[in-house]
Amino acid sequence: MKNRLDKSIIIQEALKELPSPSRRLLMKRAVTLGGLSLLTGCAVTDEKSAENMLMKISMLNDDVQAWLFDPNKLAPTYPESMMTKPFPFNAFYGPEDIPEIDEEDYQLEVSGLVADKHSWTLAELRKLPQTSQVTRHICVEGWSAIGKWGGVTFATFLNHIGADLSAKYVGFKCEDDYYTSIDMPTALHAQTLLTLTYDGQTLPPEYGYPMKLRMPTKLGYKNPKHIVAIFVTNTYPGGYWEDKGYNWFGGS
Amino acid sequence: MVMNSDQKIVHPFWLRTFHWINLVAVILLILSGWRIYNASPIFAFTFPKEITLGGWLGGALLWHFAAMWLLFFNGLLYLFLNTVTGRFKARFFPIRFGDVFSELTAAFKGKLAHDDLSEYNAVQKLAYLFAVVFIVLLVLSGLVVWKSVQFPLLRELMGGYDNARIVHFFAMSALVAFTAVHVMMVALVPKTLLMMIRGR
Ligand code: HEM
Repeated sequence: MKNRLDKSIIIQEALKELPSPSRRLLMKRAVTLGGLSLLTGCAVTDEKSAENMLMKISMLNDDVQAWLFDPNKLAPTYPESMMTKPFPFNAFYGPEDIPEIDEEDYQLEVSGLVADKHSWTLAELRKLPQTSQVTRHICVEGWSAIGKWGGVTFATFLNHIGADLSAKYVGFKCEDDYYTSIDMPTALHAQTLLTLTYDGQTLPPEYGYPMKLRMPTKLGYKNPKHIVAIFVTNTYPGGYWEDKGYNWFGGS
Repeated sequence: MVMNSDQKIVHPFWLRTFHWINLVAVILLILSGWRIYNASPIFAFTFPKEITLGGWLGGALLWHFAAMWLLFFNGLLYLFLNTVTGRFKARFFPIRFGDVFSELTAAFKGKLAHDDLSEYNAVQKLAYLFAVVFIVLLVLSGLVVWKSVQFPLLRELMGGYDNARIVHFFAMSALVAFTAVHVMMVALVPKTLLMMIRGR
């Protein structure tokens, strides 16, 4: 309930603050029926109210998905022989814009509702217990691919930094200016990994070097790559695609 | 006969309401679904952008995940009321398969029997039941595509995530085919449309 209120206030604010031209444009297109304007009822021709209604329903769908989410249900795992090769590269930019990150300069910032806010080096992260899994990555577009990611169980990391596990959100900021956020139950799911490797090798740049949060219970756009900052919060942080209209929970 | 179908309420008010709400939901779902399909086509074709809804993938998904509730709850109530009122049994059963055959041959010869519109003929019964089954299949395969981790049994029944997409697509195609024939038949016997609007 509170969760929804929070978000609806933020969405209201976002809608009021209309100088966000890209969002305006995308939503405008969302309520325009190609050549089928005849089919638009009164609620639909009124663009503003249609987009309000659709965003509200999307927020209700967040709640439904949070309710459906069973923390003990595991995504299927596969034998390595079923891995998709090559695993597709996917981002909101082309491969030429993949950020170049130097291990020497890299630090993972931690902030928000956590006890220990010190920044992490990759060496420190590699000292935490490591695990790996072969799971299916499902993209919002509909395609899927199987890959093998290895790293630290995210719940272990959250416990290490003394995160407030009753907080609502964990947010991520990335080197490529991507950002997203997830619900705490998903953050604590046994298969949610802070991954440092792909197929046994250091995570290559195209898959998110130096680290990607991998959640087989969420769609691809919820899995941030090139993470540089993690924060725990009760204030809805949104996300790059989510702010443009993709569903926030985005779970599978 | 004519008296009968003119006076008696053939389609109760609730049924007509469900039918037209269902039509709205199906149109929204199919048109937005085609836009979603275009984002990652399963086959070697895409749907012309002009006949899709949503503008971009995110917009289409918003429409799809809104209209699905309309289809779902509308369909659930339709099944519930048809069952508790006994209308299903009265209206759809028995289906005589001999009649299905003879009606089809008659129809292909251009002779549609429509003297008594207060009852469905055997082909109609079968077609409507198929429509209901395909909508159920659409909802179930849709659940797997939407929440493949949360519904493991359904997922395995559909043959996994990727296969559920194909099931979803074919159930959609079957429903579109049904709707095309359905609307054609209604056009041939326009009186039925009047009945579906005012009940008699
Ligand atoms: C413009 C579109 C449509 C029109 C004009 C239309 C018209 C009609 C009419 C006139 C009937 C009654 C037939 C009779 O009394 O003999 C009917 C029944 C029915 N229609 Fe449609 N229809 C349309 C779209 C659809 C769609 C999209 C579906 C489902 C996907 C559908 C499913 C059904 C079903 C299941 C029945 C039987 C309902 C029952 O008796 O329980 N219709 N329709």
